[in-house]
Amino acid sequence: MKALRKFLDKQKPHFQPGGKFEKLESSFEAFESFLFVPNKVTHNGAHIRDAIDMKRTMSFVIIGVIPTLMFGMWNVGYQHFLSFGQHPDILTNFLYGLGKVLPIIIVSYGVGLGIEFLFAQIRHHEVNEGYLVTGILIPLIVPPEIPLWELAVAVAFAVIFGKEVFGGTGMNVFNPALTARAFLFFAYPGNMSGEKVWIADKLDSFSGATPLGQALVGNFHNFPSPHDMFFGFIPGSVGETSTFLILIGALFLLITGIASWRIMLSVFAGGLLMGLIFNLWGANQYMQLPAWEHMIMGGFAFGAVFMATDPVTSAQTTKGKYYYGFLIGMLAILIRVFNPAYPEGMMLAILLMNVFAPLIDHFVVKSNIKKRLKRAKVALVE
Amino acid sequence: MPPVYSIRKGLDIRLIGDAEKTVADLKSRLFAIKPTDFIGCFPKMLVKEGDKVKAGSPLFFDKYREEIYFTSPVSGKIADIHRGAKRKLLEVIIESDGKYESLDFGSADPAKTEREAITEKLLKSGLWPAIRQRPYSVVAAPKDEPKAIFVPAFDTSPLAPDYDLMVHGHGEEFQAGLDILAKLTKGKVYLNVHNDNTMSKVFLNARNVEINSFSGPHPSGNVSVHISRLSPINKGEIVWYVYPQDILAIGRLFLTGEHDTTRLVALTGSEAKRRQYFKTRAGASISNMVKDNVEKGELRYISGNVLTGDKINKNGFVGFYHSQVTVIPEGNYYELFGWALPGFGKFSISRTYPSFLNPDKKYRVDTNLHGGQRAYVMTGMFEKVFPFDIYPLQLIKAILVEDIDLMENLGIYEIDAEDFALCEVIDTSKTEIQEIVRNGLELMRKEMS
Repeated sequence: MKALRKFLDKQKPHFQPGGKFEKLESSFEAFESFLFVPNKVTHNGAHIRDAIDMKRTMSFVIIGVIPTLMFGMWNVGYQHFLSFGQHPDILTNFLYGLGKVLPIIIVSYGVGLGIEFLFAQIRHHEVNEGYLVTGILIPLIVPPEIPLWELAVAVAFAVIFGKEVFGGTGMNVFNPALTARAFLFFAYPGNMSGEKVWIADKLDSFSGATPLGQALVGNFHNFPSPHDMFFGFIPGSVGETSTFLILIGALFLLITGIASWRIMLSVFAGGLLMGLIFNLWGANQYMQLPAWEHMIMGGFAFGAVFMATDPVTSAQTTKGKYYYGFLIGMLAILIRVFNPAYPEGMMLAILLMNVFAPLIDHFVVKSNIKKRLKRAKVALVE
Repeated sequence: MPPVYSIRKGLDIRLIGDAEKTVADLKSRLFAIKPTDFIGCFPKMLVKEGDKVKAGSPLFFDKYREEIYFTSPVSGKIADIHRGAKRKLLEVIIESDGKYESLDFGSADPAKTEREAITEKLLKSGLWPAIRQRPYSVVAAPKDEPKAIFVPAFDTSPLAPDYDLMVHGHGEEFQAGLDILAKLTKGKVYLNVHNDNTMSKVFLNARNVEINSFSGPHPSGNVSVHISRLSPINKGEIVWYVYPQDILAIGRLFLTGEHDTTRLVALTGSEAKRRQYFKTRAGASISNMVKDNVEKGELRYISGNVLTGDKINKNGFVGFYHSQVTVIPEGNYYELFGWALPGFGKFSISRTYPSFLNPDKKYRVDTNLHGGQRAYVMTGMFEKVFPFDIYPLQLIKAILVEDIDLMENLGIYEIDAEDFALCEVIDTSKTEIQEIVRNGLELMRKEMS
């Protein structure tokens, strides 16, 4: 420990203004603060500070997605061998999935963090930890068969145009992970939809459609059982199939207080309500699908727990969070059932509400301002 | 029964280092008045080094408000006039002769004295600066008509001194002080007590005031919280506030005609050994308080509490408005993977550290920032410790972009930097929120005058 600290202390001057590598100051800071919590102290104001920092916060989100990531890797293998009618042991399934998913993770982090470091350097900012979460979320919401170069382009697009042009972490309007997915979806639709992409190297004769894909074409007779959908033994994007493990992640995020329970709760409430409205309407088979089954299909649960709760792109006011989540839930089901072009509505619902989040906040804050002005007027009359 | 205002949002930070309720005399040789304690004050010196002074002798006045004098707390001679960068006046240090002789300002019956005579006496004696106004927390302007005057009779900040003890046995002076305050406003004087903790009859039986009870975690003792519940500030309105020990001094001035700022100062904090109350005057040097009385290691001496106090050195002086000195360890160290380890025994309001399983544990917290400054990412955290009908993050951002109208609309008149202290403590992004708010208030003050 001490040797490492000594080494860093010796190198530090080179990276400070006037040093040989002063241009790399933020990169050095990023690595140093990754290894050591800095020795910075408070000056005036509050003399003591909470032990939490951005790294801790972000790393807890990562811990929250680990169960679904692990399961996702296993499921990639499981679905692959299932298409051949084989049932190897857990480890074989997992290792196959690891081989497919690990490159995706490496590309996602490599490209994304590379750009983050570059921008931090140009702007003389610290490297923000936000991408640590984005970088793990992207592999979880893409099909296992995604070509890596397409992924790299999408990540670059998401980080540069989804985040950095707005000023970097904390300033972005759109959820960067979903921006990457939306980019893939519209730029390379062939690799993001249909029957072929959701199972890695599947046997051609085996149907690899996701429940959402089947629902869209009205193919309800060989729908997977709710049990399979809840626990995640179905084809789909890497990390979104197991609602059960997503809920475990959600529980972790709620206990630690990292994610907003208001948003999670209201997304599910909005989705259920829309589903129930459709049940009452019942014009076609898709509308008759029990409302609660929507919650365990597709990316609904994953979006509600890990995407909608992104603190930067969601509504920031307490009241606004309820509206924001509720509308996401409703829109997601609405798009699913009504729009023939998009089997999954969650991504578009969240991105759309990202745009409206500032507007929601605006109205919430405005009502606070109005209340204040009214009080001032009453005081004036008295 | 008076109504109880129960404050729900907030946080009691449990620290090691409460002061024992015993009182010792503090033998201080040096005292200082620090112009920096008075926001917006531009001091013009009236004395020079070596001049003889008595308690109540003017030391300097405010260039922009010439009627406001700042006077010596003790008799003796001017030992040093300490200036900082750009010759900014930092401390006027007085060496006490140990006699505490005061100028005679003449006693007067509060009931029979007119407002004008009262303000004149307070201004001349130098006790006027004890009266401050909201918004902006500057020394009150004598010509203003405040809509109310607030007196907080308890403090909820970490390791806060006990106000009951401070006024114990001083009922007469306290009541005289309150009677004086009542003459300064056409509105009410609000004396706000803690529902469970305030026991002192001096507070509970006070006359000529409206007594209200508060309960709940910090900041339920902050003046802004009391104002927000009892008489919220609208644009253009002014409220004054005074702390109990200063009211004692005001009462004494009228009863005896002397400038006597005798007060208790609590020595608190995990690194102070014999923690108790010290009887002294305003602006006392802490050197005799902490000498041979603190733990080893690099220490942070704070005049005031850990949330809002000022950093001083071991020979520094207690601030004009402070009645507490806190000594905690400095946090000038690196911690390998500190953000990733479980972190047993670390203080955090978030549930990402195991400390939340043990809510009653008391902590020895140092001054480490526990991270680097980042952009604002998390939302909904500040609201948990901010008991106002104000959107804290939105207000902070309005201040950062210097949007005057928005700051006004979002309620900047109703708050002070100290109300954001808890937000600053729990901020994941490690920003200097109190400084931001203070700058915002200063900007508003300049814009409005």
